[in-house]
Amino acid sequence: MEDDNYYISLCKNPIRFEPFSKSNNVFFDDANKQVFAVRCGGAMGVIMKGPEEKVCVSFRMEDRGEIVSIKFSPDKRILAAQRYLKSVEFLNFQEDLTTDQQEYSQACKGRATEIRGFVWSSTNEIVFITTAGLEHYQVIPEKRTLRNLKTLSLQVNWYFWLASSSILLISSGTLGNILHPFQFKQPGVMTRLPKFEADLPAGPKPQKLSLLDRDVTMAVIYDHLYVVVLRHPLNASSGAEIVLYQLQKESPARKTDVLKLDMSGRFAINVVDNLIMVHHQASKTSVIFDIHLDAKSDGYVNYHYPVLSPLGIKPFKLLLPSVNMQAGIDKTEYNCELYSANWIVFQPDIVIDAKLGCLWTLELNLAPLVTMIPDKDKLIQFLLYRTDSKSVILSVCAQMLVPGKQASLQSLAKVYDMLNVTYKQFLDTETQASAGEASIRHVNSKVVIEQSDMFTHVFSVFEDYKDIKYKFVVAVLIEYIRSLNQFNIPVQHYLYELVINILVQNSCFYQLHQFLQYHVLSDSKPLACLMLSLESVYPPAHQLALDMLKRIQTANEEIIEVLLSKQQLLPAIRFIRSVGIVDNAQSRKFLEAALSTNDNMIFYTVFKFFEQRNQRLWANPRFQQGEHCDQYVKQFEALFGSESLMPLQPVQ
Amino acid sequence: MAGNSPSSVALLNFFVFNTEYGPKEGEEHKKILYFYPPEVDLDTKIKRIGLSEAVVKFADTFSDKPCQSLHTQKARQVFFEPEPCFWMVMMASIPYKEKLKDGQVVTEYRDDYVQDSILESVLKQAYKMFKIFNGTFTTILMRANGEVESLKQRLDHFYSKYLLTLKLPQADILDVFNGIHFLPLDKNTYLRIQCFINSLEATFPFVKYTAFLYNEKLVWSGLEQEDMRIMYKYLTTSLFPAYMEQELQGTQNRPPSGIGHYGKFMTGPPDLSNDRNMGKLPRVFVNTEEIDEECYLMVYTALSATICMLVNVKSPLNVPLCRKLDTFLGPKMTKLATDISEQYSKRVAALNTTDPVFKYVYFNHMNLAQQTTVHIDLQKRSGVNIPPDILRLLGDINADLSRGNEDGETVVKTNSDYWVVGKKSDQREFYVVINQRNANLIEINEEVKRLCTTYLNSIFFLD
Repeated sequence: MEDDNYYISLCKNPIRFEPFSKSNNVFFDDANKQVFAVRCGGAMGVIMKGPEEKVCVSFRMEDRGEIVSIKFSPDKRILAAQRYLKSVEFLNFQEDLTTDQQEYSQACKGRATEIRGFVWSSTNEIVFITTAGLEHYQVIPEKRTLRNLKTLSLQVNWYFWLASSSILLISSGTLGNILHPFQFKQPGVMTRLPKFEADLPAGPKPQKLSLLDRDVTMAVIYDHLYVVVLRHPLNASSGAEIVLYQLQKESPARKTDVLKLDMSGRFAINVVDNLIMVHHQASKTSVIFDIHLDAKSDGYVNYHYPVLSPLGIKPFKLLLPSVNMQAGIDKTEYNCELYSANWIVFQPDIVIDAKLGCLWTLELNLAPLVTMIPDKDKLIQFLLYRTDSKSVILSVCAQMLVPGKQASLQSLAKVYDMLNVTYKQFLDTETQASAGEASIRHVNSKVVIEQSDMFTHVFSVFEDYKDIKYKFVVAVLIEYIRSLNQFNIPVQHYLYELVINILVQNSCFYQLHQFLQYHVLSDSKPLACLMLSLESVYPPAHQLALDMLKRIQTANEEIIEVLLSKQQLLPAIRFIRSVGIVDNAQSRKFLEAALSTNDNMIFYTVFKFFEQRNQRLWANPRFQQGEHCDQYVKQFEALFGSESLMPLQPVQ
Repeated sequence: MAGNSPSSVALLNFFVFNTEYGPKEGEEHKKILYFYPPEVDLDTKIKRIGLSEAVVKFADTFSDKPCQSLHTQKARQVFFEPEPCFWMVMMASIPYKEKLKDGQVVTEYRDDYVQDSILESVLKQAYKMFKIFNGTFTTILMRANGEVESLKQRLDHFYSKYLLTLKLPQADILDVFNGIHFLPLDKNTYLRIQCFINSLEATFPFVKYTAFLYNEKLVWSGLEQEDMRIMYKYLTTSLFPAYMEQELQGTQNRPPSGIGHYGKFMTGPPDLSNDRNMGKLPRVFVNTEEIDEECYLMVYTALSATICMLVNVKSPLNVPLCRKLDTFLGPKMTKLATDISEQYSKRVAALNTTDPVFKYVYFNHMNLAQQTTVHIDLQKRSGVNIPPDILRLLGDINADLSRGNEDGETVVKTNSDYWVVGKKSDQREFYVVINQRNANLIEINEEVKRLCTTYLNSIFFLD
């Protein structure tokens, strides 16, 4: 299968737009993920397509010069477009995305200042990034004006805007490696986070811009915000590196991880499912890094190597209208050039081919990875952090038990422990949530594999493959139960039942006995009943069941039933006396059982016992109407004569 | 009790014979398979065996149960037929003391000093111990193509040593139970041990059965209960003490073979760097998966933890394999032993905080679990905490309770102001000795009830 060889692919249905040409300009706003095709400066129409739009939205603008940048506000009610170096024009839109075409404009401050770009920081707030700093405006569409909220002076080389976290990163300084993060969390407020300096390669530093915007990006990885810096090697013999700086609230960003690439040249970086995906144009391959996997550390920084050796993206075929109409086929398959020079990547997972007019998102296919990562510990560790990996994890766990591919118990133990760490965290957050604690946090976005999942999808292997040795089956189940216990996770009855059934089927009663003796199998009424049913094949099961019922403490009725069914009348009576439930005991049951022993002495004794109880309770030895004991009284009279009944006490 | 204490019970005869052999007159000596003491002349041997056979046959006409014992003034004989037509007989002397009565020396025999139930269990144990190292009589004969001589040799080889270690005067109620001391352990540690054993058996498939002990107490056994029972007896009464003595004397001090762990072989190669010396490796016959399966008994120990590994004699076993085993076992056993010891010392400390005025013995027939505070140590090396007559009383009550199948309770007050209570519920027995002057029956009853709720609260034990 072709699918088995690639773990990175482009999404099946790319967003199509009119390719870039002389008359058609293409823009991508990565904040809203909208593609704009602008024809002749907008006079011939602007076509916008975003992830929310089923069909393209088109409108016209007056052609007042070439558009440099175009972006909708997050609610698509205001369109901002830049044509000139010193101003940005605005256009109001209705809900149905029609416009009155009446533009209004805002110029930047200062004579020598030029606008490098702008970003929408909230629904109707916009930030101009100029050569001299930041200008924060509120847009008032009704009045067609803007109100300046704040202006900040700063030398700016370039900027990066991460819309999902509302973080603006500004490069400053001669070398460009002084980085200033700004946060726009609440409307109207611009928070300046501590600036930091990105490392530059060692060696003589030319007094020119050394850290370029194409080598810097930002991403959210495992709930933390990182500045991702590509560091080119000084000479071709060594490989490039990617350095991660984790943004901090109170202190400058901290260098936490270094990703070793072992290649040099042009790279593009995406983040997919918390993995850092690095594309290398020259070799047409990609590698992935997972910063949560074990790494070498020098105490400060973790050094990572790719999870797998470099591999290309899965080939993509596009259906295009056929040029050759004579052939009678109206569409032909077109093999897209991967890693093309026309590719531009955007965060987190977007790839655009402007010449082809395609926008893809990148996807990770987990199934091929299973065979590519032979080390099961590493594989499971990797899979646990992926979204939608549950079925793959379960199938890996199941495979580990299949004859011929069986993993060692040590390896299974490690895997189960990994699964159960997450499972425990999940259970803890669940109990906190049910206890009414407001802060329900995701378990590090990890996949949770519960006992029921293991039972239905993994241990079911034992049903499918009858040739697995029972010893292995028991060992695996005990290993899993040990792991659950180690993390204080209550074990479900069905797992016990599985262990017990296997032990019973193989007549390993003594082992079962020992498990119960050490309470490996927790007490429960169903388990006690199961033990009772085993008595015929393994007599000690009777004792085990009774002990268990006693420990459960709420099973007095069951204990009585068990004793009576074994015709152990006197022990049953002793039992009800010892737990103090003589008054409520159903005398009929006892008399019936006593009679069935065919031992008159027993019947006599039991009868007398209840007569005395009646006397004590009601000052009358006769049975109450509701007890339905008439037939036994008759029996008693028939056997021993009515004179043997306890005489009624005269009423005083 | 005035005067000297009476002589103690001693072994007079011990013999094995087959009723089928030598049926003709003049061939009676063919019946004899083993006779102790060996120096007795053949005529006496034949007479003793003849008497036993006669008694057994005679008794047979009165009951469907086989003859158990024969009481005489000076001796007691117990009979046991372990395999069809094979009889084992043990004869012990009745203790006596000489008294001056009316100026004459009178010998007073104390028949009550010798208890049938205890002698019988000693005899049965002697058979089972033989069986575990040699297999059944029938198997031996079968393997030797019916050659009786080989059975005789085996019997002689085994019993001539075994009988010397027999300590009849020390036999008591624990010999009747012949139980196993289990190590109380929390679930998680137990599961870890369990997983360790599973992993051992999976990594070294030639290890067929395993048993794990800590401080001479059993934690896990992959052997069947009956096999384990006798194996436990052998380990705790013979192998462990001998090994300990050896270690103390330092005659054959085996240094731990690995670095960073304390593991070493108790049986098996004494020096892992010497490929030629597999050391002493006992062979045992177990009946867990097949009848009389012959296995090597390899015992490995680290600190107080011991693991017994049974390897079928057909599997090749050599020193390089043992080295691999050592690498696997050493670190893991050391870690487990350290963790158990931490837990164990806590438990022991908790139990020892109060020195109870009572002593007890507990036994469960179902899992063979026994506990005792009557004995100073588990293997009866340091004696008992109660007077010998009270200990004998325990044996008597036990014999009484065993007679009927019903649950029951016996309370005895002795002349020496001891109260002894024996209780039986379902398959469990519980004996309490209370030394409390001026206590009455009601108080003792209450006290025992209280004990049951504290010590036996997790089991179904009826008052």
